[in-house]
Amino acid sequence: MTGYILKRLLSAIPVLFGITVIVFLIMAMIPGDPALAILGAYATPENVEKINRDLGLDAPLVARYFIWLGNMLTGDFGTSFSLNRPVIDEVLDRFGATLLLAGTSFILCAILGIAAGVVSAARQYGWADKGITFAVLLGISIPSFFLGMMMILIFAVELRWFPVSGMRMAYGGGGFADVANHLVMPAIALAVVATGVVARLSRSAMLEVLRQDFIRTARAKGVGEGRVIWGHALRAAMVSIIPVLGIQAGFVLSGAVYIEMVFQWPGVGRMLVDAILKRDILLVQGGVVFVAACYVLFNIAVDVAQSLLDPRIKT
Amino acid sequence: MSAVLKLDGLAKSFPVGKRLLGAPRGLVHAVQPVDLVVAQGETLGIVGESGCGKSTLARMLVGLLPPSEGTIEINGAPLDNADPAEFGKKIQYVFQDPISSLNPRKTIRQVMEAPLKRLHGLDRAQREKRISEIFASVNLREEFLDRYPHEFSGGQAQRIGIARALAAEAKILILDEPVSALDVSVQAQVLNLLADLKAKLGLTYLFISHDLAVVEAVSDRVAVLYFGSVVEVGRAEDIFRAPRHPYTQLLARSAPVVGRALSAPEGKETELPDPLNPPAGCAFKARCPRATEECGQRVPKLEGDAAHRVACFHPLEG
Amino acid sequence: MQFLSLIARNRLAAAGGIVLVIVIALALISPLLPLPDPDVTDTANRFLLPGAEGHLLGTDHLGRDLAARLMDGTRLSLAVGFAAAFFAAFFGAAIGIIAGYFGGRTDNLIMRAVDMLMAFPYILLALAIVAALGPGLVNALIAVAAVNIPFFARNIRGVTVGLANKEFVDAARLAGLGHTRIILTEILPNVIPVIVIAMSTTIGWMILETAGLSFLGLGSQPPQADLGSMLGEARGALITNPHTSIVPGAMILVIVMGINLLGDGVRDALDPRLRSGALTRPMAATQVRRKGPVPASEDAEAVLELQGLQTQFHVKDRIYKAVGGVSIKVAPGECLGVIGESGSGKSVTALSVMGLVASPPGVITGGAARYKGEDLVGAPYDHLRRLRGDRVAYIFQDPLATLHPLYKVGDQLAEAILVHHKVGKAEARRRAVDLLKQVRIPNAQSRADSYPHEMSGGMRQRVGIAMALANDPDVIIADEPTTALDVTVQAQILSLLNDLRRERGLAIVFITHDFGVVAQLCDRVAVMYAGRIVETGPTEAVLDAPAHPYTARLIACVPELGGGRRRLEAIPGLPPAVDRLEPGCAFAPRCLKAQDACRQGEIPLEGPGAREVRCLYPETELKSEGVA
Repeated sequence: MTGYILKRLLSAIPVLFGITVIVFLIMAMIPGDPALAILGAYATPENVEKINRDLGLDAPLVARYFIWLGNMLTGDFGTSFSLNRPVIDEVLDRFGATLLLAGTSFILCAILGIAAGVVSAARQYGWADKGITFAVLLGISIPSFFLGMMMILIFAVELRWFPVSGMRMAYGGGGFADVANHLVMPAIALAVVATGVVARLSRSAMLEVLRQDFIRTARAKGVGEGRVIWGHALRAAMVSIIPVLGIQAGFVLSGAVYIEMVFQWPGVGRMLVDAILKRDILLVQGGVVFVAACYVLFNIAVDVAQSLLDPRIKT
Repeated sequence: MSAVLKLDGLAKSFPVGKRLLGAPRGLVHAVQPVDLVVAQGETLGIVGESGCGKSTLARMLVGLLPPSEGTIEINGAPLDNADPAEFGKKIQYVFQDPISSLNPRKTIRQVMEAPLKRLHGLDRAQREKRISEIFASVNLREEFLDRYPHEFSGGQAQRIGIARALAAEAKILILDEPVSALDVSVQAQVLNLLADLKAKLGLTYLFISHDLAVVEAVSDRVAVLYFGSVVEVGRAEDIFRAPRHPYTQLLARSAPVVGRALSAPEGKETELPDPLNPPAGCAFKARCPRATEECGQRVPKLEGDAAHRVACFHPLEG
Repeated sequence: MQFLSLIARNRLAAAGGIVLVIVIALALISPLLPLPDPDVTDTANRFLLPGAEGHLLGTDHLGRDLAARLMDGTRLSLAVGFAAAFFAAFFGAAIGIIAGYFGGRTDNLIMRAVDMLMAFPYILLALAIVAALGPGLVNALIAVAAVNIPFFARNIRGVTVGLANKEFVDAARLAGLGHTRIILTEILPNVIPVIVIAMSTTIGWMILETAGLSFLGLGSQPPQADLGSMLGEARGALITNPHTSIVPGAMILVIVMGINLLGDGVRDALDPRLRSGALTRPMAATQVRRKGPVPASEDAEAVLELQGLQTQFHVKDRIYKAVGGVSIKVAPGECLGVIGESGSGKSVTALSVMGLVASPPGVITGGAARYKGEDLVGAPYDHLRRLRGDRVAYIFQDPLATLHPLYKVGDQLAEAILVHHKVGKAEARRRAVDLLKQVRIPNAQSRADSYPHEMSGGMRQRVGIAMALANDPDVIIADEPTTALDVTVQAQILSLLNDLRRERGLAIVFITHDFGVVAQLCDRVAVMYAGRIVETGPTEAVLDAPAHPYTARLIACVPELGGGRRRLEAIPGLPPAVDRLEPGCAFAPRCLKAQDACRQGEIPLEGPGAREVRCLYPETELKSEGVA
C-alpha cells in the first residue's frame, strides 16, 4: 500500500508539471508587452523594471517558463501588486476559509447524495424515489448563487436564523460556534448541486449493480434485503461512485467561488475574482496553480481510497 | 492436393506493462511459432480451450492483427502487408458472435454492399444481382435486406455473417467458433449450410472451436492447440479416437459422452500455466502423467509423418 | 418519429419541452412585443415593483424595464449556453473518437493531455482563460466550452473504445473500408446518440456556468446583460428590492429545469438499456399474482415438488410465458436433469422455486413450488429468505459474475453460514475453510483470503459449490454450472458434484443444455421446450429411446465425439417466441409428424409409470415396464 501511494505521488509530478504549463500558456495568451499586461494599472516604471528583473520577461517564452517555475519551487509565487504583498501569503491566508467551506459541503454532498441515491434505487418508482428524483432535479437546476441569495432573504433577513454574510462576527466573534453559525448557509447552498449530482449517479450505479448476478447470489444465500442493498450492492456501487466524488470535489471547489461572492466568505475564490477584475495577473496565476495542486493531491487520496475498496486495482 | 494456405513460423506476442515511451516491461507469447499447411478444399479444425491462442491465430490470418514473426502464404504468394483490404479478397472471417458482428445501425443491405463496393468496385445493378445470388445460396429471404440486425435470431444473423464473407469472394474462410453462440438445434443447420457451400463453391475452411465433437464432425484434419502451440495434428477420425499427445487424450476423455461413466480424467487439480511466467520445456508437463525430467528441459518439436504429427517426447501409441 | 413519440410519452420530459419552447418563443418574439427599450435608464422610476404601470415586472436599479431586460437576457443566455454546448460537444467528440479509435500511443498522449485539463477544478481553468482574454461574454463562452471539452472527450472516448473493439468494426475492415470510412459509417452513427445524450444533459449545466461567470462580472459587460449579470447587478439591492434578483434567478431556474427534464427524456428515449427496462431493480423476491387455485400437495415424499408452475415476463404490453405450467418432483438424494435450449424456460423454472426471478418483469402467475410439502410461492419474504441457501441452495452459471468481486471468498462463504446460524466469526471462518477443503481447493486456508478475480474459472466454481453446501441443504439447484468452463475443468467439476451428492444424499436439480452431462450425472431427465416439459423419465430410457419427436431430433443433431466426419440432422425452423404461442404442441411447426390434431387444444403430459411424454404421436410407445 505504501508503495502504491508513493507510486501515485510520483505519477502526480508530471501532472503538476502539466498544470503549470497550461496555466503559463494561458497567461501567455495575453496580448501586448507581458510586463505591462501583468502590471495593468500598476505599471509604474519601477514596477516594470522590477518585474522584468524578477521574471525575466524579456527572455524567450521557454526561458520565462522555467524562471517562473523555478521561483515557484522555492516558494516564490511573485508579488501581488494590487495588495502589495507576496502572492503565497495572500493565498495561504485565504485557503483555510475555502477549505472549511468546500470541505464541509463536500462531506455533506457525499453523505446525503449517496444515501439519497441508494434509497432512491432501492425504492425505484416508489414515492421516495419520485420525491428524491424531483428534489435532485430541482437541486441541479438552481444556480447556487441564486439559491444562496434566496437563502439570505429567507433565513437571514426574514427569519434571522443565521447571519447574512461573512465568516465571523466583526467584533468579539471567531469562536467555533460563531464560525459554525456563519458556515451553515453557504455550506448548504454550495452542497445542493453536488448532492444532486452524487444522488443521481449513486442511483444509477446502484441500479446497475442490483441487476448483477452476484446480487442474486447474495439473495440465494438468504442474505437479508437490508444487507443486500447497504452491504453487497452499495459496496460494489462505490467503485463507480468514488471517482464521481473525486470529480464532484472539483465542482464543489469551483462552486465555492460563487458562494464566496454571495456570502462575502473570505476565501480564495473571491480573491481570484477580485484579482481578475483588478487585472492582478500574478495573483490569479499563483492562486490557480496553488489550488489546482491541492486538488491533484486530493485526487491521489481518492485513488488510494479506490484501491483500498477494489482489490482488482493493482497496488 | 495443393496447399492454398501455408503458415510458416507464425507467432504473436503482446507487450504487457506498456509505457508511454520506450520498451514494454514484458511479452506474452499468445501464439508460439506455428507451421501449418491447409490444402485446397480441405477443412482444418483447430481445437483448444480458452486462452490457448486460437482466436489470436485466426485474427492474424485475416490481417486484423499483424504477426510478430513468420509469414502467411496464400497460393504460394506471401501475404505480408497488413492491409485488411488486400487480405479481404483472399481470406474472409466469420465471427463468433453473429449479432455483434453486424453494425446495429446499418441495414443488412448496407452490410452486404460494403465488400462488393470496396473490394470489387461493383456498380449498383451488379451489387443487386450478387446479393440476390448470395442470399439464395445461404437460404435467406431477400426481404431481410432492409431490416436491422436486432430483428434477427442468432441463427439468421450467422447466415448473414456467412453471406457477407461470401460477398468478398475469398476462397478461404476462417470460421471462428461460428456456432458456439447458437442453440444446438440451430447449430446443425448452420454447420450443414457451411458444408454445402464448401462443396458448391470449392472453399477451404479453417474451423476453430472449443467443441471437440463439432470439430470432429466437420473437419478433414484437426490441430490441437495448447498454451499457444500446436501440440498435435492429425486426421479428424484418428485424433480423438487414438490421440498421441497426452493433452489430446485428456480433452477427449473430458468431453461428456452419453453412455460413458463420469470420472475425472485428471486426478490432480491443475490449471493452465501463467502466461507471464511460462514454464521451461513442455507447457503441459505439470498436468502430464507421462512427464519426465526431459520434458522440463526442452520444448518438444512437432514431429511425425505428414498424416499425423505430435509435439511430445513420450507420445502415446496411436 | 418513434423518438419524438417516446419523449411525448414521458410526461415530465414533455412538460420540460413545452416550457422550454414557450421560453424560447417568448425570447425570440420579444423584440416585436410592445416592451420598453431594455437599455433606457429612468432613475426616477427605479425599483418599481412588478405590476407597475407600463412595467409588467417592474424596473431595476437604473429604472430599466425588467420584462424587456429579462427577455433580452434570456435570449443571450440561451444562445451562449447552446453555443458553448455545441462547441464543447463537437471538439470533445472529435478528440474522443480519434483517441478511442486509434488507441495506442495516440490515445495515450491525447488522454494524458485531457487528464491534465481535468486535474483543474474546472472554474480555475475558466477563470484563468477569462483572466487572460479579459472579461466579456464571448470570452466567457470560450472558457465554458473549453473547460467542458475534456468531459466530452473522455466520455466519447470510452464509448468509442468499446465500439472499436466490436466485431462489426473488424468486419468492416475486412470488407475493405479505410479508417476514415470506418469512423464515419461504423463508429459515428453509434456514437451520435451518446453525444446527444451528453449534450442534452449538459446544456443546462453550461447555461448555469456562463450565467455564473456573468454573475461574477466576468461575462457580459454593461449595458449588455444576460441573466447572470442581471442577477449580479441586482445583488447589491437584494435585501431592499428582492424582486430584481428573483426575476432573473427564477428565469434561469425555469430554463435549466426545462432543459434538464427534456434532457432526461432524451436520454431515456435514446438509451437502449432504459428502453428495454434493463435498468429496473429486481425486487427481493419474485412477484406473485396467482390466478387459479393452488394445487394440493401430491407427493409427501418429494423434497421438492413443482406443480403447474407458471412464470411470465410482463414487458410493456407483451406477456412472455417463460414457464407455462411445469410439474416436476425430486426425491431425496435424487438428481433430476432439466434439459432444453435457450429460451425453453429451464433457468426461469429453477429460479422461480425460491423467488429469484428478476421482478419486474418476472411474475409467478400460477401453480405451486413445494419444499417438503410446503408451498413457497407467495410465502412471506422472511420465511423464503430463511430457506434460501439454508434448505434450498443454488449454484449459478458464470462463477466470475456470481461471486461478489470485492469480498474475499472466505468471507462470502462465512456470510452464507452467518445469515442462517448464530456462530462466532472465527467459527464461521473455520467452517468456510473446511468447505473449501471439501470442494478440494488446495491450500484452503490461504485461498480463503483470495478475491474471486485471483482464481481460475474452475476454482471459482468450486467456491460456488462450497457456498451452496455451506448449510448442508436438502436440495441444490444447479443452473448450468459448467457451461462457462472448459471441457477439462468441466469434467473435474462434474465429478466433484457427483461425489458430493453421493456422500451427502443431496437432491440436485441440474439445469443444462448438454445431453452428455445429463447422461453422466442425472437419474432422471425432464426435457423442456417453449416453457413446458415435453418428456420426462429415467435418463437412460429417455436417451435410448426418446418418445417425443423433439427429444429424438435434438439428440440426433448434437454431434457426439467419436462419430467421425458426418452430416448432422438439423431441425428446421426456430423455437417459437413465448409471447406468441399457438394452441397445441409448440413443436408442431418444426415437426415432421405433425397432424392437424397437434395444433389444437391442450396436449397432456402422460404415460405409464415413470415415463411421460406430451405428444399425440410419440416416437416410441411407452410401456408400463418403464417403471424405474
